[in-house]
Amino acid sequence: MSTSTIPLAHGAANEEWSQPYHGTVAMLALIVAETAIFTIFVVAYIYYIGKSISGPQPRQVLELPIFNTVCLLSSSFTIWIAERALKKSAMGAFNLWWVITVVLGAIFLGGTALEWKKLIYHDGLTISTNLFGTTYYSLVGLHASHVIIGLTMLLTVLIFSLAGKINHGHSRQLEVLSLYWHFVDAVWVVVFSVVYIIGR
Amino acid sequence: MADSTLPIGSVIDLTPPGQVYGTWLDQVHDWVVTVDHKKIGIMYMVYALIFLLVGGFEALLLRVQLAVPHNNFISPEVFNRLFTMHGTTMVFLMGMPLIIGFANYLVPLMIGARDMAFPRMNAFSFWMTALGGLMLYYSFIGGVGLQGAGSAPDVTWWAYAPLTERAFSRGHSTDYWALSLIVSGFGTIGAAVNIIATTLCMRCKGMTLFRMPLLVWLYLTVSGMILVTISPLTAAQIMLVIDRYLGGHFFDSQAGGAPIVWMHFFWVFGHPEVYVLVLPAFAIANEVIPVFSRKAIFGYPAMVAASCGIGLISLSVWAHHMFTVGMTSAQNAFFVLSTGLVGVPTGIKIFNWIATMWGGKIRFATPMLFCTAFLAQFLFAGLTGIMLSTAPWNWQLHNSYFVIAHFHYVLVGAIVFCFLGGFYYWYPKMTGKMLDERLGKWSFWLFVIGFHMTFDFMHIPGLLGMPRSIYTYEPGRGWDTWNMIVSIGAMIQGIATLVFAYNLVRSYFKGPDAGPDPWDAWTLEWATSSPPPAYNFASEPVVNSRRPLWDLKHPEDPDSRYE
Repeated sequence: MSTSTIPLAHGAANEEWSQPYHGTVAMLALIVAETAIFTIFVVAYIYYIGKSISGPQPRQVLELPIFNTVCLLSSSFTIWIAERALKKSAMGAFNLWWVITVVLGAIFLGGTALEWKKLIYHDGLTISTNLFGTTYYSLVGLHASHVIIGLTMLLTVLIFSLAGKINHGHSRQLEVLSLYWHFVDAVWVVVFSVVYIIGR
Repeated sequence: MADSTLPIGSVIDLTPPGQVYGTWLDQVHDWVVTVDHKKIGIMYMVYALIFLLVGGFEALLLRVQLAVPHNNFISPEVFNRLFTMHGTTMVFLMGMPLIIGFANYLVPLMIGARDMAFPRMNAFSFWMTALGGLMLYYSFIGGVGLQGAGSAPDVTWWAYAPLTERAFSRGHSTDYWALSLIVSGFGTIGAAVNIIATTLCMRCKGMTLFRMPLLVWLYLTVSGMILVTISPLTAAQIMLVIDRYLGGHFFDSQAGGAPIVWMHFFWVFGHPEVYVLVLPAFAIANEVIPVFSRKAIFGYPAMVAASCGIGLISLSVWAHHMFTVGMTSAQNAFFVLSTGLVGVPTGIKIFNWIATMWGGKIRFATPMLFCTAFLAQFLFAGLTGIMLSTAPWNWQLHNSYFVIAHFHYVLVGAIVFCFLGGFYYWYPKMTGKMLDERLGKWSFWLFVIGFHMTFDFMHIPGLLGMPRSIYTYEPGRGWDTWNMIVSIGAMIQGIATLVFAYNLVRSYFKGPDAGPDPWDAWTLEWATSSPPPAYNFASEPVVNSRRPLWDLKHPEDPDSRYE
């Protein structure tokens, strides 16, 4: 047959062909899934506000974690500066801002740990005390576990970077990681509003 | 056009596959460590087929028990375990792996990609799913139940609270259920993320979104739905585990927890899940019907829009499972109307399939037979669905066998039929061998007869008031004959499934060679050898229309001229 030399191509071969970076798309998809998980926990939290049949109640024991919140939210800003530095191959600045991000995240996590310590040992509120305890520790704990995962990844990058294995060629990958970190921060805004403002 | 003259020499790699070396242990090792999307896809499918046989066997035991009144074929405890395991198996261990297996195998081939976007995550997802299934079935041995006597979960597959709480479900059987669904859920979410990234980022040159085969579009929609439906289930299961292990009170009515919250969370997953399973069935019909009608699909953009529409609307219909719970009339009205609304895009699809067949030169090979039966059966299933979504009708028939008949009409009549068609259609691509047509026709007709005997007649005892999930019933309520017919039909379906399974095995060894393009089809997977080499395409294909192989076979009249 004479057409056997026709390749599977006609005019399109020379056209521009660009598609999004698969890492970014996958992270966005994962964020959608995570959002759904958090939504369910937030809905449960809101539904059970004021439904505990025994104390302690949120208003008696919760204090606004303002300092923690400021630390976590500003880490979103510092990771962005670090990314910009990486694009310019300013590795010193990158390392500095990356370390600051890690420290800010760690402060947040430490703050949560202290808060839980106070709640458990001082106020006697555990996950099985009442509905408030169940929903509070689940929601805040779910968020904190995401912070732990994020910090683990940030630290891994830091180790590689200090070993000199990171350069501006990795900026796409690190953008994916920072996308996750921004998500963790954004979720905190919701958790903070629901737990400490609406629920208190 | 004969296969040998296919003008696809530039893409196809016709070097015969090399001799397979190594012992069988080497080959097993090869399959276990593989990251090839085709091998992973096949593993998903085999896994699903094994659980199809297991879940089907459980269904047959249930039907034997229900065939005659006052039967004691199995004990009530075993009956409860069996229908819990049957439901869980068919949805999570058969349905989900089956749809993901087809996606794994077909999506990269259809978009001209070399593999999925994340091959290692792909393998990880499969093994998570596999672990979930093994864990669930391990409960038969390891799940010590009440007084050390129990085993498998017996809380039904929707597992309403507070029955699942520690106080009412002792032992570990419910824990096996919750944990295995969390684990396999992670696998499913991973697979969905992978399919989305593959579809959006790995298409070959010229494969714009609106040139993708409809199957790929539907899998894109389904993957998006999986992200927002499986995740709530995972969240609810985590809550259940917190309740059971950490003494939480999410669903504990003694401490103010509300069982209705579980119902909402479960059905927020549970109803879209039906569409997650049925859209891939549509996807197969979208590929099979045009090829066997010798016409391009009718109304491609409308089909894409309808798929996305079904995906969106299906997220807002969940509480039609809960009309009898006692919601406000505004809530009832909302869920009646939103459920009715799903009928619109679904209707568009049915009309488009009929329009595709209309005036076509239809070839009734086995794949087409299954898809044609699907059309009629799915229509009927949709009609009983509209009946059940009407709140007053639902109040009358909720939790009756009418409901069971309705959703099995969807799950078997639509999903299983389409996937059997899909197996007959793509088996030649996957193995290089044709499935036996004579056995195929046998399995089809046995399945049609068995299916209609079972599920047509199952509506009637439902209308006569027979509730679901009952162990046995009294004679003289007018249910006896119908139940006997239903049970006989179930046996015939069992035989049909065995014929199909026998065909799969026999044709692998004795089937005639398929060649790269046995059906004279138009999508890219047929542009490579059967089975495709590990790298899929020798050179990256470039496409200009929705039917790249049509363009190749008919350079005088390419599709690109009309799109």
